[in-house]
Amino acid sequence: MADKRLSLDELIGELRSGMTIGIGGWGSRRKPMAAVRAMLRSDLTDLTVVSYGGPDVGLLCAAGKVRKVIFAFVTLDSIPTDPHFRVARQTGAIEAMEVDEGMFYLGLLAASQRVPFLPTRAGLGSDVLALNPSLRTITSPYDDGEELVAMPALSLDAAVIHVNRADAGGSGQILGPDPFFDDLFLGAAKRRYVTTERLVTTQQFASEGPIQTMCISRLLTDGVIETPGGAHFTACVPDYPRDEAFQKAYVAAAGDADAWTAFRELYLEVDEAGYQTARTDRVREQGEVAR
Amino acid sequence: MNESTDVSRAEFCVIACAEIFRGDGEVMASAFGTAPALGARLAKLTFAPDLVLTDGDAALMVGAPALGTPPSELTIESHMPYRKVFDVVWSGRRNLIMMASQIDRTGNQNISAIGDWAKPKAQLVGVRGAPGNTVNHPTSYWVPNHSTRSFVDQVDVVSGVGYARAMSAGPSATRFHQIRHVVSNLGVFDFETPEHVMRLRSVHPGVTVDEIVEATSFALVIPDDVPDTRPPTPEESELIRDVLDPKGLRDREVKS
Repeated sequence: MADKRLSLDELIGELRSGMTIGIGGWGSRRKPMAAVRAMLRSDLTDLTVVSYGGPDVGLLCAAGKVRKVIFAFVTLDSIPTDPHFRVARQTGAIEAMEVDEGMFYLGLLAASQRVPFLPTRAGLGSDVLALNPSLRTITSPYDDGEELVAMPALSLDAAVIHVNRADAGGSGQILGPDPFFDDLFLGAAKRRYVTTERLVTTQQFASEGPIQTMCISRLLTDGVIETPGGAHFTACVPDYPRDEAFQKAYVAAAGDADAWTAFRELYLEVDEAGYQTARTDRVREQGEVAR
Repeated sequence: MNESTDVSRAEFCVIACAEIFRGDGEVMASAFGTAPALGARLAKLTFAPDLVLTDGDAALMVGAPALGTPPSELTIESHMPYRKVFDVVWSGRRNLIMMASQIDRTGNQNISAIGDWAKPKAQLVGVRGAPGNTVNHPTSYWVPNHSTRSFVDQVDVVSGVGYARAMSAGPSATRFHQIRHVVSNLGVFDFETPEHVMRLRSVHPGVTVDEIVEATSFALVIPDDVPDTRPPTPEESELIRDVLDPKGLRDREVKS
């Protein structure tokens, strides 16, 4: 079994400006935030980001890394929208392809299965078709003659997801209740990366959770990076819930230029270890204030 | 205690939302917003006992617990991650109440963006599953802030598909399409008119038809006799107040 362990810097070294990059997770849940933070620090630019969007999309937009976002929503879950994504859209700073979240799923599935499209009823009659003139419909070749949306494959140059446990060979284990579409992001991509809360031996998987949680096979993985706290501030249950206080601070900072500069200096212009220290310090300081 | 004069506006909204599930058998009830969530639970405890409710995360839960019940106290009957939600949506075994930032005369809904989509005045959450939901299973809407800004002549971005758009898209779009009701803080609306345009179905007691007309940007179909939204029965009142929402979250979403 090949050893696929990488560092965050090595992951960034595998990526190029102009790439189409898929980011796993859903909203503000189990996002590969350590990898996103590494992208923010890099000189990558001109990215097309494909995401069930959360703060990953907002942060990349704020840092000017994004040319285009392919999305069905961008939400922080407990806060309806991401402030940076709102600004990026409202100032016309980015291109957008907005589709139904089921169409998005089928786009990833089509890419994973190496077919050009998959048919669906979703999208018919909505502005999703009008706003994406490249989308086509297809007429069923069978007697029903139904006309359906032909959702094109969302092929990715690279994808990164975050899981609870992984081994050095690139098998991943998701211990939370929803694996989302992470396996399809990997399946749709040419280069496939998994960040993990904890690297374990393959033998340890069985004591962490039942077989259904071992849902990312190494057939889907080129690199694995251990990033404890790597989904913070999004939820990564059962390891940790969303850091709601931090998320609120993120949103508040986004609304004010000086506050955003301070947030950036403290949390984003430092390496991952620096981020983890700063956010732990923040909790301690808040605790002291509360006392 | 249970005379309609004591019923809060929010409680009429809960009843109106519950009525959306009347007659439903074993389908997944999804309900966004406080009044819809209470309505689905109330329906399950009374006239639609076979409804299947989600826990708001990745599971189907037993019974109809109070709003805000901690996940550790829920009994789960089935795994329902997002991938399986699409199986349910596309099979049609679902009845949904979504929210709408804008809704229009033919039942189009917008949660994507206000203004020109290319460079919106306000970016909202995104179309989410609204396009697929509306052409696959019954969908209704909850608008807790009825005004000329939410009830508009034409929505800016058609997210959920209304009747006219479905019909012009053809039989594949209309085959499973049904917009049941729109419930607002002022009244209940449906599309049971020859051209499937929005009709005033009932007014919540305390609201006048004129107020509703004033707060709506387009011409509603208004029958000669508009009934009041029905009040809760004594049993329903007790369930809402004592069992499902003892903290009174409903009255924070809609003021009386």
